Amino acid sequence: MSFPQPKPEVPQIPQNLLRTIDCQQGAVRAVRFNADGNYLLSCGSDKSLKLWSVSRGTLLKTYSGHGYEVLDADGSYDNSQLCSCSSDKTVILWDVATGQVTRKLRGHAGKVNCVQFNEEATVILSGSIDGTVRCWDTRSRKFDPIQILDEAQDGVSSLKVSEHELLTGSVDGRVRRYDLRMGQLHVDFINSPITCVCFSADSQCTLTSSLDSTVRLLDKSTGEMLGEYTGHKMKGYKLDCCLSSKDTHVLSCSEDGHVYCWDLVEGSLMLKLPVGKAVVQSLSFHPSETRLLTAMEGRVQVWGVEPEETEEDVVVVQQEKA
Amino acid sequence: MASDSDSDGDFVTFGTPLEPLEEDEPLRKPVPLHEQTVKDEKGRYQRFHGAFTGGFSAGYFNTVGTKEGWTPATFVSSRQQKAGRQNARPEDFMDEEDLGDHGIAPRQITTTADFASGRKDEIRDKARAITSLSAPIPGDTVLEDLVAPARSSMGAELLRRMGWKDGQGVGPRVKRRLCQQRADSATRAFGSASPPNGSSGSQDEEDGEFVPENVTFAPKDVTPIDFTPKVDLHGLGYRGLNPLAALRGGPGAGHINLFTMDSDRTNSLFGEDRKGHRRRGGVAGQWCGCDMTDIYHRDIMSNYDTVLGGEEPGDGLYGWTAPQQYNRKKKDHSKDASCYLGKILEGFTLASEKLETKTIFPPPNLPRDFRPVHYFRPVVDLSSVSPMVAQALRTSRGHMAQEEPSKGGRHQLDSAQRRELLGEATLQGPSSVFDLLKVEDRERLSGLRRPSSDTSSGPRQPTPGEARAAVVAAGVAAAAARASAQKALSSRFAPHAEQQQQEALSVWSGPTAQAQTGQTFRPFERTPHKQARYDLYIDQLKQGDRDALELSLDPTMTEWERGRERDEFVRAALLYKPSSSSLSCRFTRGKQDDGVEADTVEVTRDQENDVDDKQAAVKMKMFGKLTRDTFEWHPDNLLCKRFNIPDPYPGSGFVGMPKVKRDKFSVFNFLTVSESPTASASPAPQGVKPSEPGKRSRWDVSGQAGDKEKDPLSEFLSVARIEASGSGPEASTTDGPTTDPTGEPDTEQKEEEEEESRPSMDLFKAIFASSSDEKSSSSSEGESEEEEEKAEGVRSKAGTGPQIPNQLNVNTTQPAPPVSATPSQHPDVVFKTPSGPVAAPPPRDQEMEEEEFGPRLPPPSSTLTERRPSLTPSAKDDKHKKKCKEKHKAKKHGKHKKDRKQKKKHKRHKHKGKQKKSSRKEESSDSSSEGSDGNSQEDGEEGGGVSTEELLRRLKGIRGKNLQ
Repeated sequence: MSFPQPKPEVPQIPQNLLRTIDCQQGAVRAVRFNADGNYLLSCGSDKSLKLWSVSRGTLLKTYSGHGYEVLDADGSYDNSQLCSCSSDKTVILWDVATGQVTRKLRGHAGKVNCVQFNEEATVILSGSIDGTVRCWDTRSRKFDPIQILDEAQDGVSSLKVSEHELLTGSVDGRVRRYDLRMGQLHVDFINSPITCVCFSADSQCTLTSSLDSTVRLLDKSTGEMLGEYTGHKMKGYKLDCCLSSKDTHVLSCSEDGHVYCWDLVEGSLMLKLPVGKAVVQSLSFHPSETRLLTAMEGRVQVWGVEPEETEEDVVVVQQEKA
Repeated sequence: MASDSDSDGDFVTFGTPLEPLEEDEPLRKPVPLHEQTVKDEKGRYQRFHGAFTGGFSAGYFNTVGTKEGWTPATFVSSRQQKAGRQNARPEDFMDEEDLGDHGIAPRQITTTADFASGRKDEIRDKARAITSLSAPIPGDTVLEDLVAPARSSMGAELLRRMGWKDGQGVGPRVKRRLCQQRADSATRAFGSASPPNGSSGSQDEEDGEFVPENVTFAPKDVTPIDFTPKVDLHGLGYRGLNPLAALRGGPGAGHINLFTMDSDRTNSLFGEDRKGHRRRGGVAGQWCGCDMTDIYHRDIMSNYDTVLGGEEPGDGLYGWTAPQQYNRKKKDHSKDASCYLGKILEGFTLASEKLETKTIFPPPNLPRDFRPVHYFRPVVDLSSVSPMVAQALRTSRGHMAQEEPSKGGRHQLDSAQRRELLGEATLQGPSSVFDLLKVEDRERLSGLRRPSSDTSSGPRQPTPGEARAAVVAAGVAAAAARASAQKALSSRFAPHAEQQQQEALSVWSGPTAQAQTGQTFRPFERTPHKQARYDLYIDQLKQGDRDALELSLDPTMTEWERGRERDEFVRAALLYKPSSSSLSCRFTRGKQDDGVEADTVEVTRDQENDVDDKQAAVKMKMFGKLTRDTFEWHPDNLLCKRFNIPDPYPGSGFVGMPKVKRDKFSVFNFLTVSESPTASASPAPQGVKPSEPGKRSRWDVSGQAGDKEKDPLSEFLSVARIEASGSGPEASTTDGPTTDPTGEPDTEQKEEEEEESRPSMDLFKAIFASSSDEKSSSSSEGESEEEEEKAEGVRSKAGTGPQIPNQLNVNTTQPAPPVSATPSQHPDVVFKTPSGPVAAPPPRDQEMEEEEFGPRLPPPSSTLTERRPSLTPSAKDDKHKKKCKEKHKAKKHGKHKKDRKQKKKHKRHKHKGKQKKSSRKEESSDSSSEGSDGNSQEDGEEGGGVSTEELLRRLKGIRGKNLQ
């Protein structure tokens, strides 16, 4: 190469509060970006699921139909459908535009902790406190799950789906990875109730946070630990963790009202983002940009790299012109 | 319609005409036979193989098959491509030329028969036109005619070639008169063709013309019938509102009109000119624009009703096409009309002979005082009442239900009689209970019966009561027989074998046994060979073979086995006597054998590895192979499909983890959970233990779990020791740290430090990580022995919390320097477990003990020493024994260390061995003293590892000793 390699960009951390959205739906149990990161879903404890615009912070739609607080939600790749799960033991498939319930899937014996679409939104996977993961078919008219994964010995707290893999974290302290292509189940023992599992963007690693206040980065293929991130407090709540969109940082909620952000490679604490006084319930990282959502109590906060002037200024300018 | 104007009708052409010869053309040479070849499109010669043997296209260069010869189609399993396989189409079996222009399935767009050009099939069209006239929208086939070119069938084409003209009838040509008659008769037959007043057809007009004698005419064409299927859901003959009748009706319809308007149209269609017929239009003559004549129609007021509810139109239907009444004027049908007043539907005729009317009988007249309530008379059994009462009843109005059984009726028949009446086959097996009895029993019963029947008065039939008594007696006898069989069974240790065999023989060779066809009781079904031998034995028993048993046994087996099997067979044969089996032939067997199924339970085949190991590994942050289990897992086929992934196990019959059937209450089901044996074995300390990590089910448990840095195994061992000392959970709670840094370990530490130094972490990790591989593979393990030893030493030194408590003699191996936290940590762990409120004994006792038994002993773990003072003096001996045992154990490990293969089977064992190494070195000299104690240990350690199972056993052994 005759040209020198371009200087690697300094990794950026979303540390500036861009916007605070008061969701007015009780405590926000989970907040999620949609597939492209333009919208966000907030799961409220008042049984409603709300769709917001991230850039403007406006409420776009309220989806009501659950019988108890909504615990998790996910959007399909084409933004045409949503799925959400609730303490009322059901999983609901929503039509985004009309806000109608497309399908209400019953079968779990306990409250449903987590829900995910697969890549093509043909299957909804839901993990419940009853220790099962159920695979629901969105294509057929059948209301029975395609398959029930009952290997977990305790409640399933978190699950993620990749192209051909299913990662579940369970309260029995094990991370299970179902490899559909190989037909294998890999069980990694963590020895502490798992609160959240994630795939890395290159899907070579898995990130698990557990109730021993530790976030661990494990090699996906061998199960070896690549990194361990501590410092935060996660003792009793099911809090989220995530990786940044470029896999440069590890982020985790904490019970002390901060979001902790570590450097992935070095494991050093990069940022302790003060969100508020209460427990940071949930967080979600933008799929492509450096943008972070946090949920605390009834509010959702949007964090970015730069303090946001642009959009608001633009709005102001437009108003002035008008 | 016969059109006779054709001039060329005289010539009839058959076949294809020859080309006209041109005179100046030279004569063509005939093509010789060998040049009359067929070539395919590529110019290759083709041979005709025969119409049914391939035609022109058989095989490779006029052979069959391919270049390599004829190869049959190889079988290709389509099992995995079931979804992708379509049904074979006809094209799959066609040759190329079949798909060509002139093949049977041309690939180019061609006109189908419906649209093929050709002459119209006018007959059909006419038929449709006729029916369409009567349709709700008259003449709607006009459009169709415009659009779709009609086709003519091959028959019509042939007829045309033979000189037939459209509109003519088919048949030999006839003279004029005959033709006319026939036409008339034809029209009459259809009943709708020629009206009497409009009979001036074209032929009638020709009547007056001169007709030469020798001119013949084609027969008149028949009126075709429309065979268009009825596709609507209306009733037969329903045509909706007939606009012509509705609008043109009124009083005008009253004029004599045998034929409805559509028959007018029919006639006009046939070409009959009906100028004379005057139509009368209604208001909406303009409705149907087809009626051009009505435009110039002059309307008069008399066509309209001026009075409401006045005179009704002719049929009184105002255009509705319900079946009409026949006209009175049709006198010739007056008789028919009398019995049928409706309109006869098209295609139907009146029946020539009447149907027989069913005679309906009126219901009987009820008497005046009839009350529709049924009164059930009480049924009185004659045998149960006294004769006086019976007599009284009999004299009264029929209160006796069954006065005489001889009267018959189906209720009096027994099953055998009914069977005979029905012609059923006799049931197999004994027909009566008495057949099941032995002869002497039967005689005894009959002897019992006779006096009773004697005492009863007269030739009365046996009452049900008597029969019941007989049955009871039979039951008693059967029970007695069974009891004897059981007695024989119970005395199988006694030298009654011969007698049993005799009994079995007598039982099985009886007549009832012969009746039994299929044997349902298969006691040795699990082992087919044995069952086969048993069957043979039974067969020979049935034939009355005396030495059936000997014959049926396998001569190749050892004497002992044969003896055992002999015993089993006789027992089985006696257990399942044919007397009971003959009854069983009346019952069907259950489809599933509940007894077998109920004992087993489905368990996942692959069980997770030991949790303790993993916990240890987690604590050491050694994730990877230690903490990972990989199982076979079968995703659902549909799930794979939804994920766009091929099924990894195509054709696997199940989903999820593979399951195996195990005995429901097998120990092996529980051994995988390490906690449960402890719980069952030692219920006392169960309460002491904090919640198990495997059973944690709430989020908030984690605090405890995190704090409690302790190995369940160590717990288990401490519990075992508590048990061993017989003092239950009353273990000491303090003083751990004081015993820990005793003087003795120091020397040993020094020794160790001399020979081993701590290697780098990488080496450590590599060895540790690879050890799980070595578990399975026993080869190539000898080489790295030295290294391993080092590593073990290191590990024992660096041993963190979880590992240490595994040991009985932990403190000796506890090195001070590298992990300084552990020594202090460890005692905490140990002493946390028991929560019994027992006062701490002075640690001096321990020291005394050590002095007493020599300095070679490793200092026992703190729990042991703490508990010592609470022991009774007699328990001291036990204590001693235990110490010996520990020594022995340690040495065992030493031995295992020498032969690595055994040792590496279990990791935990390795830990133990490593950490005991120092003590082993000292103790290796005295190996003579042990031998009697701890047999259970020995075979437990034989496997090379301390599995949970073994620990359980050991624990039991210890308890047993305490009891002594």
